[in-house]
Amino acid sequence: MTDALLDDAAQKEAAARKASAKGSVLYLDGVSVSFDGFRALNELSLVLAPGEMRAIIGPNGAGKTTMMDVITGKTRPDEGEVLFDGTHDLTMLDEAEIANLGIGRKFQKPTVFEFHTVADNIRLALKGPRTTRSALFGARNRIPDDAIDEVLSRVRLIEHRARPAGDLSHGQKQWLEIGMLLAQDPKLLLVDEPVAGMTDAETEDTAELLREIATRHSVVVVEHDMSFVRALGVKVTCLHEGSVLAEGRIDVVSADERVIEVYLGR
Amino acid sequence: MITRMIVSALGDRGSLVFLGLLGVAALFVALSNLLLPPGSALHVPIHIVALLGKYVCYATLAVALDLVWGYCGILSLGHGAFFALGGYAMGMYLMRQVGTRGVYADPVLPDFMVFLNWKELPWFWHGFDSFPFSMLMVALVPGLLAFVFGWFAFRSRVTGVYLSIITQAMTYALMLAFFRNDMGFGGNNGLTDFKDIVGFNVQAQPTRIALFLISVAVLALTYAVARVLVTSTFGKVLVAIRDAESRARFLGYRVESYKLVVFVVSACMAGVAGALYVPQVGIINPGEFAPANSIEAVIWVAVGGRGTLTGAALGAVVVNAMKTTFTSGLLAPYWLFMLGGLFVLVTLALPKGIVGTLQGWFAKRGEAKRVETSEPSPPPEAPAAGKAESAS
Repeated sequence: MTDALLDDAAQKEAAARKASAKGSVLYLDGVSVSFDGFRALNELSLVLAPGEMRAIIGPNGAGKTTMMDVITGKTRPDEGEVLFDGTHDLTMLDEAEIANLGIGRKFQKPTVFEFHTVADNIRLALKGPRTTRSALFGARNRIPDDAIDEVLSRVRLIEHRARPAGDLSHGQKQWLEIGMLLAQDPKLLLVDEPVAGMTDAETEDTAELLREIATRHSVVVVEHDMSFVRALGVKVTCLHEGSVLAEGRIDVVSADERVIEVYLGR
Repeated sequence: MITRMIVSALGDRGSLVFLGLLGVAALFVALSNLLLPPGSALHVPIHIVALLGKYVCYATLAVALDLVWGYCGILSLGHGAFFALGGYAMGMYLMRQVGTRGVYADPVLPDFMVFLNWKELPWFWHGFDSFPFSMLMVALVPGLLAFVFGWFAFRSRVTGVYLSIITQAMTYALMLAFFRNDMGFGGNNGLTDFKDIVGFNVQAQPTRIALFLISVAVLALTYAVARVLVTSTFGKVLVAIRDAESRARFLGYRVESYKLVVFVVSACMAGVAGALYVPQVGIINPGEFAPANSIEAVIWVAVGGRGTLTGAALGAVVVNAMKTTFTSGLLAPYWLFMLGGLFVLVTLALPKGIVGTLQGWFAKRGEAKRVETSEPSPPPEAPAAGKAESAS
């Protein structure tokens, strides 16, 4: 009897979740990942609406990067559901397939092709076919310079287009990587610590750039820098020990006692 | 479209110098041997022509290896296996051409099969009496092995030193297999005592000159194909994979497809080089699969400069010329020490190899000249110190 009631409740809940999955761009439900007994993600659930920008905060080891790994196909979850656009099951796809669905990712440490010029970095990133054939004789060889320059002017690297990316400063590399994301033109951007190692002025510029990007794309930003998160002015999710601790506006979340506790220690 | 790609790939100064010098040197060697009297100071004796032909085959192998190692970061320590397989395919053709002129005068079976008391030709020896079929196998067999090997290795994301170790294991396993008599490839002795190639005596002077010139042409062609590959966007993706594999993956590139394509192309090139090597040295035996051979090929590329193609070819010739010089006479017992020392020296003093260092030097001089001649319009850029050549 009680079992039946419980089943019923569970079914209703599942149906409600399904409904929220339908309209979402990113939908995580009950996602768990363990590494050698350590639970990096513990029944994490998160829903991102189309066009939304979300900031993810949390202390070290909260599972922020693991969450990105799960969404981009680098790590397979032990259990749970990960849906993109309400229909694509990301747990069944690999990195390249997920990238081509329209999810772009910026790494914590800026990762650009240092040997290539700034322009070639964008050329390789630009949306379009990525098969070996297209790269050998096909469309990849006929990318107009305008398309590259447009992206480069958005991330303010246009004067540097002919320089090897390895010669750029740390902050410029961060921007180049964001530029590569823009060139991919993904529906969803995952941005991991975009202002790590930046000066205050660069941090401000980056916040502005991300806000501009968020007008056309859904964005998830993982960041430690609270003033930067404040500057973004978006909904914040605080992770702790692999699950959601608090969610809401930054002043609400940062006033939450549990959040203060995990950040400042007991 | 494709002609434009070829022109732009081979129109740079390095390619023009390389192909020009190669052509001039080849013509000089051939004409000097044919036209000058043996007493002349400039006469190149026929055994030197054969030796140079061998170097040219090694140079082709080095270009093939540079394509995968220098541009895609796949450090193959088993490329000698593809070279040897191409060599065996050619050797099988040459054995079938011997016919009744063998010691046992069997019209079909090569001598070693008669010796082992075999009654009929094993199935995999069929077809090798045909030259076109054999030439197809020369590229197809190494290519197929590379495909199967690469399919599993790259899909399982085996990279770095682990990949190097399994390529080494592959060539070692093949060596042990080919040593066995019942494999049907002549065991320990391999294939030798060749008579004709497409109707010409392999030992005759004109045949040797022709084989030398064909080897040079194949080196030039291999270089051209490799250049077209690396100057296209395909090559840029390869370098991207070499320097930041996960970045390439998250951009949506199928890294394993790119690696597989370049690995198979490279293996086919190595096979063709091996096929031209065999008639010029007159023998192919399982020793060609020895892991040390593959490692030596890596040293050629490192000495010449990886990721330059021309450097790989140059390194193969330079190191082998040294080997020929120093393995005879007083220093002979010390050659392996010298080779090891050379590798250490190049790694420490010339990490970019001969050609890589020269290129860097020319680039710096060109930049200095531009700054001198033009107005200070281009912004002073940070020096290219600590440039991004990853050492993986």
